[in-house]
Amino acid sequence: MKALMFGWEFPPHILGGLGTASYGLTKGMWECGDMDISFVIPRPWGDEERSFANIIGASQVPIVWRDVNRDYVQERIGNVMSPDLYFDLRNHIYADFNYMHTNDLGCIEFSGRYPDNLLEEINNYSICAGVIARTLDFDIIHSHDWLTYPAGIHAKNVTGKPLVIHVHATDFDRSRGKVNPTVFGIEKDGMTHADHIITVSNLTRQTVIEKYGIDPAKVTTVHNAVTPLSEELLNVEVTKPKEKIVTFLGRITMQKGPEYFVEAAAKVLKNDHNVRFVMAGSGDMMDKMIRLAAQRGIADRFHFPGFQKGKQVYEMLKASDVYIMPSVSEPFGISPLEAMQMGVPSIISKQSGCAEILNNVIKTDYWDIDAMADAIHSIISYPAIYKQLREDGLDEVNRITWDKAGAKVIDIYKRVINNR
Amino acid sequence: MKAICFYFQIHQPFRLKRYRFFDIGNDHYYYDDFANDDILTRIAQHSYMPACETLLHLLETYPHFRCAFSISGVALEQLQQYVPEFIDLMKKLIATGRVEILAETYAHSLSSLSDVEEFISQVKVHDEMIYSVFGVKPKVLRNTELIYFDDLAPVILDMGYKGVITEGAKHILGWKSPNYVYSAASAPKLKILLRNAKLSDDISRNFGNTEWDEYPLTADKYIDWIASTPAEEQIINLFMNLETFGGFQTHETGIFQFLEAIPYFAKERGIEFYTPTEAVTKLKPVGELSILHPISWADEARDTSAWLGNTLQNEAFNKLYSVSERVRLCDDRRLKQDWYYLQGADHLFYMSTKHFADGAAHSNFSPYETPFQAFTNYMNVLADFIVRVEEQYPLSIENEELNALLTTIRNQEREIETLNKEVSSMRKNIEHYNEEHLLREKKAEEAKAEAKPKKAAAKKCATKKAAKKAE
Repeated sequence: MKALMFGWEFPPHILGGLGTASYGLTKGMWECGDMDISFVIPRPWGDEERSFANIIGASQVPIVWRDVNRDYVQERIGNVMSPDLYFDLRNHIYADFNYMHTNDLGCIEFSGRYPDNLLEEINNYSICAGVIARTLDFDIIHSHDWLTYPAGIHAKNVTGKPLVIHVHATDFDRSRGKVNPTVFGIEKDGMTHADHIITVSNLTRQTVIEKYGIDPAKVTTVHNAVTPLSEELLNVEVTKPKEKIVTFLGRITMQKGPEYFVEAAAKVLKNDHNVRFVMAGSGDMMDKMIRLAAQRGIADRFHFPGFQKGKQVYEMLKASDVYIMPSVSEPFGISPLEAMQMGVPSIISKQSGCAEILNNVIKTDYWDIDAMADAIHSIISYPAIYKQLREDGLDEVNRITWDKAGAKVIDIYKRVINNR
Repeated sequence: MKAICFYFQIHQPFRLKRYRFFDIGNDHYYYDDFANDDILTRIAQHSYMPACETLLHLLETYPHFRCAFSISGVALEQLQQYVPEFIDLMKKLIATGRVEILAETYAHSLSSLSDVEEFISQVKVHDEMIYSVFGVKPKVLRNTELIYFDDLAPVILDMGYKGVITEGAKHILGWKSPNYVYSAASAPKLKILLRNAKLSDDISRNFGNTEWDEYPLTADKYIDWIASTPAEEQIINLFMNLETFGGFQTHETGIFQFLEAIPYFAKERGIEFYTPTEAVTKLKPVGELSILHPISWADEARDTSAWLGNTLQNEAFNKLYSVSERVRLCDDRRLKQDWYYLQGADHLFYMSTKHFADGAAHSNFSPYETPFQAFTNYMNVLADFIVRVEEQYPLSIENEELNALLTTIRNQEREIETLNKEVSSMRKNIEHYNEEHLLREKKAEEAKAEAKPKKAAAKKCATKKAAKKAE
């Protein structure tokens, strides 16, 4: 089966969980066999893993015909796209886009991030999708998250092939209910046009059904999984401080509930002084959190090391005794699974999608700071529960693999294609 | 001839309230009174009361009907507090003379697995309570959750019990049948009654299950099964939780009608009823049974893994019994009471992680959402309890040293008494001596006094003589 996937992020250049999930799922589907996947991203860097999917950069897709020779193309974009594909795509330009700002190859430049003119980039991405859809041969279209829904709809309209959209998050999660009407519009449009909708948790499925008014029969949950960590990451070396470390890792935004972590920390520190709290990450609520920690008088035990990337994340986890994710609304939340892979016991909010599939973690309501403080105290003071969560958690998370999720997605593909 | 031996278990733990770590050292009351009252009253209404009324009716109707109960001390305490009418009903049952009460650990504890001294003392406390409430003395012991192993047999025999009740676990019996009386390999005078797991579970688990291939189970069919066991098999031990009637098997399943019909059909086929004491006195053991590792009636494994199966449970268990000696040394009544309530095996049962796999009994009974919550809550309570124990006696003193000091303290009265006696006898001696001394002095003085007048007389004589001379 051939699938055309639209995504926004792809490792190693990722900004959030979306890239990790897209990568894992694609690889998992490829492992199931008989899958030929073309994965479109706005801007490839050339160091992406290409063994299991054909990666196409929208920034290398011509939308204006330029007379260039093969050697020039090879020299300019050879590291990310073969000249053959370039010329093939060039033969399928479907309208006059000369009014657009394009480069010497007739392509649009993409940042591949989340810039201020995000809506414009989404639109441009959809234009490129039109060219790709006319060029490639595929059986099904798969769009990851709202940024790529317009592209998916475009591809569906052009080819008549079925569209599956993958909801990694909705705007209701990101905004605690105060949705951006434009984003909501794009999401709703995508869900209406989709032949089937995949959500990453039952929590998200419920949001899609209730808030977007979608027929439940059209929505299926496929829980995310984790990619096994490399030996190098599992064995990163850090010097552990003599105090116990409780870590929060993620964007410091409303959605992640950072203030509940600070309040819980204040409760723990009242009775137990042999512990430090770390809030790693950045975000619009960071300054507020620093002030809150100072107000509670725990600033000497509460640390803000800033945004962590790559190996730093794993060093951080390795040094931790407890991982905490008090998200107010988390469609899935892959980070506690990574913490468990590193053998760190986790506390997660019941409002997280991953709570649906994890047993060997402590679950509390995000607002229940008493329960959260109690759970932190329990793990750092009773070695038995630390050991139990660490060992059984490791065992549990190693059984959550992407090939199982991939097989479920392939099943959905088959159902969608056969139903037409 | 065959006999059925019925025994029903009554136990409810003192469930703990939500106890946060910041309560440690501040709040010394651990129990969720509302939940305990609520649960016990509900179970008593749905199950204990109607079941015992049915049994009373059977005892009055059929002179050959007999059965036994075991009521844990902690359950009895709660029943006295919340459902006193049940105690009255139980007294009526016992008054028929055909209902036996069994011995067990007061706290429904696992003390037999780690602390024999505690086990013995708890069984004694339980016996005393049963005697004070019902006026009977238990003669057969059933340990918590039917836990039994070889090392326990001599202890039980020493305490004066004739028999012990345990599970007819397949991995112990092998080809043997549970329908005989056995004797303990480590103490041959102690007799063992084994639960017939299949027939007991048919009532307690399968009765109302419409997917069971024997559904519906009638008393006629059931007694037929018992009657059709090999003729030489003597006793069918049907041991189950009293909650089976009206609890696990709801009223609507017809479980009460089933129970009511049993003695009738048993009589029809000439099957007797024995109490456990009758069973162990009337029947001869057919062989010795050796059980090296503890068995119980819980879960599929029939071992102790339901309470001590994972790291959490073992940690909590070891922490709890690490202070047992200390608690026995002190005599603070509230501390002793909490000590019993915290020993309930149920608290450990809630921490089992087995139900992740099969969704079995563990999560059904647990007041907690997860085993981790159960562990955290229990450990917080235990931490406070240990703080209180330490307040009684500082931890820096070794148990032995403490023991020695305490014996000194306890013995000091006697010592003071003996010393007092000594002192008084010494005093007497001294007085005696003084008296003698006085007497002796007096004598000496008298002697002197006698001597003086002579001299005086002599002087007088002399003066007289001198006067005469002067004249």
